Amino acid sequence: MQSQLLLQLIINGLIIGTLYGVVGMCFVLIYKASQVVNFAQGEFLLIGAWTCWWLLTAWNIPFFWGFLIAVCFMMVFGIAVQMIVLRPLIGEPIISVIMVTIGLSIFFQALMKWMFGTFAQPFPPIFPVAQVNILGLQVQTAYLMSTGVSLAIMAGFAWFFKYSRLGLAMRATAFSQQVAQSLGISVRQVFALSWGISAAVSAVAGVVVGIVNGVSSALSYFGIKVFPAVILGGLDSVFGAVVGGLIVGLLENLGQYVDSQYLKWGNLYEIIPFYALIIILMIKPYGLFGTRDIERV
Amino acid sequence: MALTSLRPCGDYRTSYKADQTIFQTRLTLVFVILAIAALCCTPLFASRYVLSLMIQIGYLGIAALGLNILVGFSGQISIGHAVFFGFGGFASAFLADKGVPVPLAIVLAGLWTTVVGLIFGLPAARVKGLYLAIATLAAQFILQDFFVRAEWFTGGTHGAIAAPFTLFGYDLSGDARYFYVVLFFVVVGYIGATNLMRSRDGRALIAVRDHYLSAEMMGVNLTKYRTMAFGISSFYAGIGGALYAHYVGFMSVEGLDILFSIQFLGMIIIGGLGSIMGSLMGTVFMVLLPEATGWLASALSGSVIDQVLHLKDGITYMREMLIGLTIILFLIFEPDGLAHRWRLIKAYWKLYPFSY
Repeated sequence: MQSQLLLQLIINGLIIGTLYGVVGMCFVLIYKASQVVNFAQGEFLLIGAWTCWWLLTAWNIPFFWGFLIAVCFMMVFGIAVQMIVLRPLIGEPIISVIMVTIGLSIFFQALMKWMFGTFAQPFPPIFPVAQVNILGLQVQTAYLMSTGVSLAIMAGFAWFFKYSRLGLAMRATAFSQQVAQSLGISVRQVFALSWGISAAVSAVAGVVVGIVNGVSSALSYFGIKVFPAVILGGLDSVFGAVVGGLIVGLLENLGQYVDSQYLKWGNLYEIIPFYALIIILMIKPYGLFGTRDIERV
Repeated sequence: MALTSLRPCGDYRTSYKADQTIFQTRLTLVFVILAIAALCCTPLFASRYVLSLMIQIGYLGIAALGLNILVGFSGQISIGHAVFFGFGGFASAFLADKGVPVPLAIVLAGLWTTVVGLIFGLPAARVKGLYLAIATLAAQFILQDFFVRAEWFTGGTHGAIAAPFTLFGYDLSGDARYFYVVLFFVVVGYIGATNLMRSRDGRALIAVRDHYLSAEMMGVNLTKYRTMAFGISSFYAGIGGALYAHYVGFMSVEGLDILFSIQFLGMIIIGGLGSIMGSLMGTVFMVLLPEATGWLASALSGSVIDQVLHLKDGITYMREMLIGLTIILFLIFEPDGLAHRWRLIKAYWKLYPFSY
């Protein structure tokens, strides 16, 4: 019984961990390209999921098209946010940049609550079969799809940054903005594009989570959970974000196991990533795969 | 963020003492005394509603000042100020419950919060900038979780009863009398902060903010001052929280969430980072903003806009949105905050009719 519970929790951890990894990658993408710590990452998930949900329920669009429109919309949305809000702040102190993303975060969170209410709304059923039997464990189809989508996104990111022209331009900008500019790369476009891609991919993650758990403002909590993941992996490492996401996902579920079996505290699941975060910051602030150039004080 | 003092040209001060006075001219001192005297008379004619708003501005203003010392003067970001505010409230309620006189409990709560703040400020000795911001974000969630769990201290989810404020047997609880208590703490807190900023410690904090390498070369102990800023900030937050607890008579973990922390950050950004009076201006703005939204919504009730948007149901969300929006707009269009605008107005009148 207990070992089965443990196994189930580990699988849950891996599934949720890949999602954290995807959101973490989006976060790192923005940070690497434009040196902005985006506290509004969770709201990208939220807005994307609500848009898709609204298209599906209010307009009865087939899932595939609704999903596609939502992702395209988020791409435009991300670019717009960068151009309207973040661009005037280039060169301002880091406090201002962090604060403006926090401002964006509460603005959109409240707007979404106002427009769609505070209750979780389920997606219309998408798969003909709700559960599949794998090796004696009942796994929800949505979970399988979520893992599949996450892995596909990760592979896509890897291809994009290794082989595509734009991806290489983005890496060059992350390496040195001046050098990139002198090679004819438009740094402004790269900034805008990184926000666009990040918002679009976050929207995919948001829709996936929405299908599994229903769409609600709890989605924006992903944007906060992503901090332990990216700090653990190293703030400027895309690969690190994936590893960090997996570790945080596992840690949460193992924390819940320990909690339910031994400690009986009740909410270790939610709080354990933050303890981990403090410990990492104390002993290894650049994370597992990050560049070691953080100035120590 | 830099303080550009807009005194008329020609700086004739010849001694350090003249440069370090709290009040730059005698007129400023007179104005401050007059303002305090005017505030002392307020309870005689102001309505209960106005008084409660002013008390709210008072205790929030003290906490905002603490955050401004941390963010504006020493350049470190904290996204967990609300939990220190809350800790002060719980600590004071706890101490008063154990039999400590309330005025003493408030001060002790401030000191207790200082210790907690120093513990969470320890990462500040090692990491900076956004890493510190993320560390304080973790502090926000960890302490919030602690408040729910520590029933012996906070009463858990039920909350804790805070004893009414009494001084030498006089009951100072009602709005009109408690106003003076808050006013006293505000005046002492703000003069204390002004005094700190003209001393060596205050200047060291600013030096650390502006260029930490130069500061270190000039003999400023970075670790000490970064951690100290956390301590001072938590002290002010604790005092503010304790005043809140004894005003309401009840302290609960409700409302100590991250949005409240962001509201504190909003206050100091709107008021002006690195400006002492700015903290108070920002607090006034932030307290009046939701009220103004309420007035606007009731003024518009029944009109076309109301019917389309359902203002009454969405008022809480509208307030949150306005908080976010004002933070964004101020950062883009007026990054130095209201204090800067105020200085411009003052300079305009001082230099009239010659604008230079």
